[in-house]
Amino acid sequence: MTTPTQATTPAAARTRTPIGAPGRLENDAKGGVGTSPQRPDGALKVTGEFAYSSDLWMDNMLWGVTLRSPHPFARIRAVDIAAALATPGVVAVLTAADVPGRNVFGLELSDQPVLADDVVRYQGEAVALVAADHPEIARQAAKKIRVDYQVWEPITDARAALGHPTWNRLHDHPAEDVELSRSAAAIHPKGNLVRHLKIRKGDPDEAADVVVRGEYSVGMQDQAFLGPESGLAVPDGEGGVDLYVATQWLHVDQRQICTALGLTPDQVRLTLAGVGGAFGGREDLSMHVHGCMLALHTGKPVKMVYNREESFFGHVHRHPAEMRYEHGATRDGTLVFVNCDIYFDGGAYASSTPAVVGNGGTMGIGPYVVPNVRIDAYGVYTNNPPCGAMRGFGSVQTAFAYEAQMDLLAAELGMDPIDLRVRNAMAEGSVTPHGQTIDSPAPVAELLQRLREMPLPAEPDGADIDLRSLPGGVANSTHGEGVKRGVGYAVTYKNVAFSEGFDDYSTARVQIEAHQGNPLVVVHTAAAEVGQGLVTIEQQICRTELGVENVIVHPKNTDVGSGGSTSASRQTYMTGGAVKLACEAVRDRILTLARDRTDAPLDDAALVDGNIVTPSGAVLMSIADAIGEAVIEETREHHHRPTEEIDPETGQGFAHVQYSFSAHRAVVDVDTELGLLKVVELACVQDVGKALNADAVVGQIQGGSAQGMGLAIMEEIVVKDGKIRNPSFTDYLIPTILDTPPMPIQVLEYADPHAPYGLRGVGEAPTISSGPAVAAAIRQATGLPLTRVPIRPEHITGT
Amino acid sequence: MQLSVNGQSRDLELDNRTTLLDALREHLGLIGSKKGCDHGQCGACTVLLDGRRTNACLVLAVTCAGREVATIEGLAGPDGLHPVQQAFVEHDGFQCGYCTPGQIMSAVGMLEEFERGWPSAVTGEVQPAGLTAPEIRERMSGNLCRCGAYVGILAALTDVASRS
Amino acid sequence: MDFLQPSTMAEALAAKAEHPGAVPIAGGTDVMVEMNFDKHRPPALLDVTRVSELTEWGMDDGRVRLGAGVSYTRIIDELGDRLPGLAMASRTVGSPQIRNRGTVGGNLGAASPAGDAHPALLAADAEIELQSTAGTRVVKAHEFYLGVKRNAARRDELITAIVLTPPSGPQQFCKIGTRNAMVISVAAFGLALHPDRRVVRTGIGSVAPTPRRAYAAEEFLAAELESAGLWESRAELPTALAREFGEKVKAAGAPIDDVRGTAAYRLHSLAVMARRAVTWAWTDYRTARGT
Repeated sequence: MTTPTQATTPAAARTRTPIGAPGRLENDAKGGVGTSPQRPDGALKVTGEFAYSSDLWMDNMLWGVTLRSPHPFARIRAVDIAAALATPGVVAVLTAADVPGRNVFGLELSDQPVLADDVVRYQGEAVALVAADHPEIARQAAKKIRVDYQVWEPITDARAALGHPTWNRLHDHPAEDVELSRSAAAIHPKGNLVRHLKIRKGDPDEAADVVVRGEYSVGMQDQAFLGPESGLAVPDGEGGVDLYVATQWLHVDQRQICTALGLTPDQVRLTLAGVGGAFGGREDLSMHVHGCMLALHTGKPVKMVYNREESFFGHVHRHPAEMRYEHGATRDGTLVFVNCDIYFDGGAYASSTPAVVGNGGTMGIGPYVVPNVRIDAYGVYTNNPPCGAMRGFGSVQTAFAYEAQMDLLAAELGMDPIDLRVRNAMAEGSVTPHGQTIDSPAPVAELLQRLREMPLPAEPDGADIDLRSLPGGVANSTHGEGVKRGVGYAVTYKNVAFSEGFDDYSTARVQIEAHQGNPLVVVHTAAAEVGQGLVTIEQQICRTELGVENVIVHPKNTDVGSGGSTSASRQTYMTGGAVKLACEAVRDRILTLARDRTDAPLDDAALVDGNIVTPSGAVLMSIADAIGEAVIEETREHHHRPTEEIDPETGQGFAHVQYSFSAHRAVVDVDTELGLLKVVELACVQDVGKALNADAVVGQIQGGSAQGMGLAIMEEIVVKDGKIRNPSFTDYLIPTILDTPPMPIQVLEYADPHAPYGLRGVGEAPTISSGPAVAAAIRQATGLPLTRVPIRPEHITGT
Repeated sequence: MQLSVNGQSRDLELDNRTTLLDALREHLGLIGSKKGCDHGQCGACTVLLDGRRTNACLVLAVTCAGREVATIEGLAGPDGLHPVQQAFVEHDGFQCGYCTPGQIMSAVGMLEEFERGWPSAVTGEVQPAGLTAPEIRERMSGNLCRCGAYVGILAALTDVASRS
Repeated sequence: MDFLQPSTMAEALAAKAEHPGAVPIAGGTDVMVEMNFDKHRPPALLDVTRVSELTEWGMDDGRVRLGAGVSYTRIIDELGDRLPGLAMASRTVGSPQIRNRGTVGGNLGAASPAGDAHPALLAADAEIELQSTAGTRVVKAHEFYLGVKRNAARRDELITAIVLTPPSGPQQFCKIGTRNAMVISVAAFGLALHPDRRVVRTGIGSVAPTPRRAYAAEEFLAAELESAGLWESRAELPTALAREFGEKVKAAGAPIDDVRGTAAYRLHSLAVMARRAVTWAWTDYRTARGT
């Protein structure tokens, strides 16, 4: 571990702070690791005082808006901004020519222009910016920008974009390679393939008694966070800028902004504003560079807030997927081989498509032991909306396919679907298809067995009709006619933190001083709090490690080193681990100071309840006395154990840091005649290694379960000819409280010896297993194959 | 115009196209009411207008003259949080918190509506036996929570209902 | 944009006469959505919420005169017995917040094929009262919807009330939505049995450019009930009859594919809803619950 030297900007250099800039979070909650103290931001959130990025305000600020392409694929012949610029109240109109640095950004590959230059590759791509002294003036002025487009036919089919008109390589029948046709014309200079991941393990031609095949597809899901993209950029008058923004990873934003603005990190300072949900959709840039460009150009603070419609165009979505699977097993239900082809439609720009392909491929057959595996996973450029991170990315899609296959195989074998899964379940010591030995507990079988033992909800008695409990609800579409109940199971595993050789470290700075005779701790990280409760976890770890009560959470900003991304279920593991390391360093210094004041041996001393105590519990002195007038501050980075890139030909390698495991049982009532649904119950068992905060863990499981269920039964961005047909909450439906059933949850704690406190990342796994369980329940109720999600009423009625 | 918000009369100069939500947020600095969809489809802007739950994004401010607007900012009293606010904290009724002011105002309105015998969507179909879980779900169905904290919201409101 | 805020009916009508392009606004649940997303920028808005005649209902010669600005919540609460079909439809509108604000007048003004009130109004033989400075006229519901989002009100007229006869028989309303709350209908069906006149009335929503009645189905069912003496005998409704009624209702639809559902599904669901609804209504009739 090294102590990083991060340049910090003195607060005095910041002349102006917006209303709504985050303050230090403090509360009088108590409780360390393993308890569930109240959140430090809880009271602010229930009183409406907590400021989100859309609540930021400066009196002299301007409002920025974005002009976006109406076409999914077109050449820009000319842009005429004169009329817009002449509009009274308009201060600036900017286009690609005004990007001060390199006109490019991107999370993994730098392939997307900040403002479209020459070509637009998706509907909604940013073309120009307007700043005005009123948002309505800016909006109306943007309409006056004349863009001359030469419209091209969009490329919208992922397989066709690769020239794979047939399924690729299924067994001995490689895809027919055709001449690159119009439908496969290159959208980017290097072609339409973002990544092809190959896994080759064992012999794909091994004979099996029983073989089942299926083709599956998953629609495009939206994160639909309730707080739309927004932020405020404040120029510092010296060529630099402060950006207050809702995001998931301040430092990766900073890197991309610096490139686009041609500035250095000390000139581009980011502070995390209040985040109204994220779920992956804030990992990429939205208004960041645009706001900074307008602010630097005008010399005034510029606020940008997307509305709901723009939000549907303003962030990446979950990749739609087309998948073909073939499972072979012995008569007794032992898996012999799995072959599969997975196509992820990445849309117009890469975003995190390479990682999605990595997850989808390496974990593409689920938590099962299979000796022979062939996987081909592709990430593809098309002119559809760009897709990237969303909770459980890559794995959510494949789980629908591999779990449907397991049910299909069970039916073919006449086996109970849980028995089939248990027979093939991974356990500690199992080897994954990419050749990684699972080196911590992997309780796949236990999750399933526990689910099976959980009591089922009561069957409706049929005596009194209560519309609230029926599919369709008070819309009065059934009084019980056609209603059948189905029960479905699914299990999954998901990698935690970044994989394939990426060192996504986190940094924490912990400071302690004596304040009015009591130790007071300030914890400072750049790790984004997006609602998951990381700020609570940071406090808990400080309390446990330093034996103190009062812990203040410093605003999240780039004055401290990277916290890495709030994604991949990684923050409690990575930033929690960094806070733990920083606390340990602070503790060492407290004990060093204490040695000046006592002759007692301190090598085994601990910090408990504000005191330095011996192993037997005897109080040696108070922490405050040990510190005296000193201010102790330590900064540490936490790096997870290294992983490897996988072999490009065989897909073998130690790719992932850790796995988390979850399983769901869904009970669904289906009006089989109308295709309407009521999810009656969604039970979950998940291994979390160690629950640092049990309430927060359960909250993550509930939320993830609801989002997975949403994809199974209602959520889809409908894209036709490259255009989004339903960019509103009127037609993009997410579950209401009425659609969200009771959720019995069991949390297991099998410690991972490689992780801080033995914990496992929590947030994503339940998003992955809930949807397939719901789909399985609907299949059981209807007897239909239902190979596409979201399952729509017409899939059930056949109309 | 004059707008009465949380019992205080406020003077405002507004374009007559201004929604109540924008008037609250951008002219009065009351940022607690949130803009989630601008469509009446998420409930994050729920306020009480003359005691009734209303999506502030669908009301023109100019139509609110002479009416009483209650927002999240006016809920906590000198003795601390309103019981519904306290219950949301205790039962983890939120994560990101963006929907929370709307959820809480909707819940306060819902509890008052129930108290006064106002109907839910099932009144007349089912005679609700108090604020059971299905009844609370039905009556809170106009407020989306993307974090999926519905279980906590339900627990919070069940708790408050059982105490009142 | 002009903003007109009359406090009496006379003022309101005068304002509408002077500003025929003014869009009346009551609950705002339709108009504001259009305005917020810049889909529609009317030259003027006419706030009708302060005109008391519009926001009250009363009995007039045995019929309900429902002010166009009465909220759905109040219809559910106060008119469930007198206007059961409309109350059922009102329950499915939006959310509690929307029902607190939204009005039948707004639904009629927008004349969207997906408006929840329309099938119930059609089935109940409702009449729409239109007023202008030139006088008052009444348009039957089935003559009110002229095209997609077009209705029979002239530019100088306000929709002032809906006049409905309390039912002599059972009414039903069913709606298909792909979520169990806060959803726009994929298809909707309203049904009223009128034993006093021995007629059947229907309304179908979201399955044609306008809300409409399924005339052939109505006539078919009324004739079958008559010829089999079922109105008097109150015997069970033959399953085959319910099914055929459903098929005939379906035949009245002319839907399109859109993001909310396919045309084929809309038609299919219409048949199922009609079959189920007539079965429920007949059961109510037999047990006299609906009379």
